[in-house]
Amino acid sequence: MSSRPRIKETPVTMDTFLKGIWEENPVFVMLLGMCPVLAVTNSTINALAMGIATTFVLLGSSALVSLLRRGIPKQVRIATYIIIIATFVTIVDYLIQAISLELYNALGAFIQLIVVNCMILGRAESYASRNNVTKSVVSALGMGAGFTIALLCLGTVREILGAGTLLGFPLFGADFEPWVVMILPPGGFFVLGSWLLIFALLKQRKTKMEELTRAH
Amino acid sequence: MPTESLGFIFLNALIINNFVLASFLGICPFLGVSGKLNTAFSMGVATTLVMLISSICAYFINILLVTFDIEFLRLIAYIAVIASAVQLVEMSMKKFSPTLFRALGIFLPLITTNCAILGLALFQTYREYNFPQSIAYSFGAGGGFIIAIILMAGLREKLELADVPGIAQGAAMTLMLGGILSLIFMGFAGMGGA
Repeated sequence: MSSRPRIKETPVTMDTFLKGIWEENPVFVMLLGMCPVLAVTNSTINALAMGIATTFVLLGSSALVSLLRRGIPKQVRIATYIIIIATFVTIVDYLIQAISLELYNALGAFIQLIVVNCMILGRAESYASRNNVTKSVVSALGMGAGFTIALLCLGTVREILGAGTLLGFPLFGADFEPWVVMILPPGGFFVLGSWLLIFALLKQRKTKMEELTRAH
Repeated sequence: MPTESLGFIFLNALIINNFVLASFLGICPFLGVSGKLNTAFSMGVATTLVMLISSICAYFINILLVTFDIEFLRLIAYIAVIASAVQLVEMSMKKFSPTLFRALGIFLPLITTNCAILGLALFQTYREYNFPQSIAYSFGAGGGFIIAIILMAGLREKLELADVPGIAQGAAMTLMLGGILSLIFMGFAGMGGA
């Protein structure tokens, strides 16, 4: 644990965790880290693996950056963050290779490309370098969960429509003609675009309801 | 060692397996900086420049890593090189072409976290391209990035005059456009028997 912070910090609440899942969801609200979101969500299992790997890197780098935040000189902080992140990504890379070679081949270079996921660098710069370890870890968990949920939202829809299966189990029987386009690159764009449309619609309805209640 | 011709490698990265629309690399600037045509073009040129430099550096670093048998450091070495290449481009541009520097100013640091650049360095290592092949590959990838971002910027400039429903404005519309562009580029798939 780091020494007591000089500035009085707000305590860790449930909100620190939940913010990453809903209010500041990295994918649906902040549109960060889009490359893996679109590239590896052609099946549910890939999406889940990518989500967990990213969460691990986010957690490790947030904790370390937060721990070292007083020792890192301001001028070289970005380079330092990237090196820290790259170290954790290398660990994940070798871990996945050891656990399941099949999964490793399916995810391809995108495991190593977690290094340049702007969400992780963004969190290191804007959150972990300014908050204590406990808060950074809780927030990183929330953000990681939000990212994983978003990946699953895309992965399940694309797998069900594009292959007619869920986690590899066929859903519709032999007569179903899969929409192959959904597991190809364009499907990624279309499904994410549709999710954003749904969220925009929900938001619009919410603001309309609030206006109505205020008017009455 | 692959025996593909230089022209094929170039075309492959440029159109058939376009970095942005088929491999999903560099989506962040593709969605973020494609609002205006000239900034999009500047971003594309700067990215290509950094791609070329980091591709050359990555080639020699890989030789070094293989000689000393420390390939597990590849990722860390590459990203450090890319970050310094971006810094280098930024400094030399400031010295030699201040106008271009001002035009690109804010986008230059962003290039570090463009996954297309790290992706290029990693792919050329996996495919064991030799030196000229790596150069052709980086030119193709850079050109492909410029094509994709310019197409998107042109479409988005036209869209500003169109009557888009409120909920579809912004990111959702851009993603749908990206999907359509990606569909178009899928028509090139299979060209050259790849």
